[in-house]
Amino acid sequence: MFDCVDPKSLEGLTWLACYLTTGKHMAFYASFATVLFLLALTAPLAMLFGFGGALASRSAVLPLRLFGKGYIAMVRGIPDIVFFLFMPIAIDQLLETVRHKLLCPDVVEPIRRGNDFVVCTAAKLPLGAADQWVHELYGFLLASLSFAIVFGAFAGNTLYGAMQAVPRAQLETASAYGMTQRQIFWRILMPQMWVYALPGLSNLWQILIKATPLLFLLGVEDIVYWARELGGAKTSAFSYPHPDWRLYYFLFLLIFYLMLTQLSERVFGWLIRKTDHGALSAHAARAGS
Amino acid sequence: MSCWQTVQDYSLRSIGIGERLLPKADITLCEQIVLIGSGVIWNVYFGVLALFFGFAFATLLAVGKAYGGKYSQAAAGGFIFLFRGSPLFIQFFLAYEAFILLPKVGLVLDLGFVVIDAQTRWLTRAWLGALIVLFLNTSAYSAEIFYGALRAIPRGDSEAADAYGLSGWRKFKAVLFPTMLRLAWPAYTNEAIFMFHATTLVFFSGFPAWRQSGDALYYANYFADKTFNPFVPYPIVAVYFILVTLLVIFAFSMIGRRLNRHLPSNEITRPKFRFSLLR
Repeated sequence: MFDCVDPKSLEGLTWLACYLTTGKHMAFYASFATVLFLLALTAPLAMLFGFGGALASRSAVLPLRLFGKGYIAMVRGIPDIVFFLFMPIAIDQLLETVRHKLLCPDVVEPIRRGNDFVVCTAAKLPLGAADQWVHELYGFLLASLSFAIVFGAFAGNTLYGAMQAVPRAQLETASAYGMTQRQIFWRILMPQMWVYALPGLSNLWQILIKATPLLFLLGVEDIVYWARELGGAKTSAFSYPHPDWRLYYFLFLLIFYLMLTQLSERVFGWLIRKTDHGALSAHAARAGS
Repeated sequence: MSCWQTVQDYSLRSIGIGERLLPKADITLCEQIVLIGSGVIWNVYFGVLALFFGFAFATLLAVGKAYGGKYSQAAAGGFIFLFRGSPLFIQFFLAYEAFILLPKVGLVLDLGFVVIDAQTRWLTRAWLGALIVLFLNTSAYSAEIFYGALRAIPRGDSEAADAYGLSGWRKFKAVLFPTMLRLAWPAYTNEAIFMFHATTLVFFSGFPAWRQSGDALYYANYFADKTFNPFVPYPIVAVYFILVTLLVIFAFSMIGRRLNRHLPSNEITRPKFRFSLLR
């Protein structure tokens, strides 16, 4: 489209068009896909964890119930950022420790030596010789898993509350009709709990969206990373010198997030109206709001 | 070095009192506990002040959104939308960059005899800049809670006030405001809890920790980097925050009890964990 060979000779709109299509800017645009990919990966996983947590906290087995209650309660008292900083490195060290024990059984020195964490070369994750993209993917997966665990706990709270909100009399009626626990769960509890859970899950999705910039803290090259990188003042040594433009880049991110949250609010609003067709709707709307 | 010595050196380190140098090698458990505890001072500072000032502004916004004219409704609604719809993390970055640029753009007031430009420098420091962002943020979230509560005030209460000849400020003070607070209190309790949690973001979001004076998570992160062992410092932060959360719940439930003191016990709504307040 434009001839961007010699940026110094460009002016005005042409300069801007060339500037906005540099390789680094392409990486910046691609990092928006990283954010969306994280959302797509984390949301179902968090639902799964949340479901597990909610079920566990309703379990009849005491240790399982305690585990479930502890899991879904942990986000109430402890800031989520603590988990985001803690989880990736903790999971990484746990995995490496397990691999170290399995792959290098003959190493006798302890893994923790003073302020060091040493595992044998074969136990490293990813292996030292691996390509750069493997390291990046591994980091991204660890971050996604941390997100999923934390948001699983949030989802667990919502789903647990929704399960409790299904009228108890209905479950007892089902039991009186001779249904087994399994039948009661699948035929009575599950179909109805979603109506109660949806407003909470809608909020949760918004929170998940608003938590995605924290990827930056986990060392992933996400939109915040690129906004800082590209926006910083560039001297004339660069092809496209400009003063500190980070304000505009962050303004752009802000607008991106506002649009994303606004869009999902519309979609969930539509979904809630749709599922609200039912005898319980008035009650459900109140319980969830 | 004894643990008592460590307490003397580091317990106020986060506000610049005591030993300058942070422990580098042979980090003891005592040092971690004391220094991270010292960082909690900042979390409490940010949380308490943001909530204190935010409460007043949030009430104003909620009233503006609920009863204001066309323009004040739009302004309050827009403000709430802006701060609730975007991540706090981005707000921190944006505000920091804006505060940095302010003096460069030339917001220098030359009064002839004195030049005021020193103030903008403080805005780039966490103690003021981050506090402003947290204040605006909690105002928006609380305003939405208060707005919901204002709309939930029973029509009868409002009409009874009219019948007694109350209107305007007197009606608001005597009827609407107390009822709003009472209805909003469970949700506002959660907002307060998450406000304290949100303060951990400050030193990870552009605002530099001046002379390594940071909050609890800043020091925990420092220790995790130095010892390469996350299993000690992060649980310490977790314990501190559980304590802070319990304190907040205790304080707010005391106030809540006072707000509800005229009601029979079965009409009181108790705080429930809700998510709409998270950032």
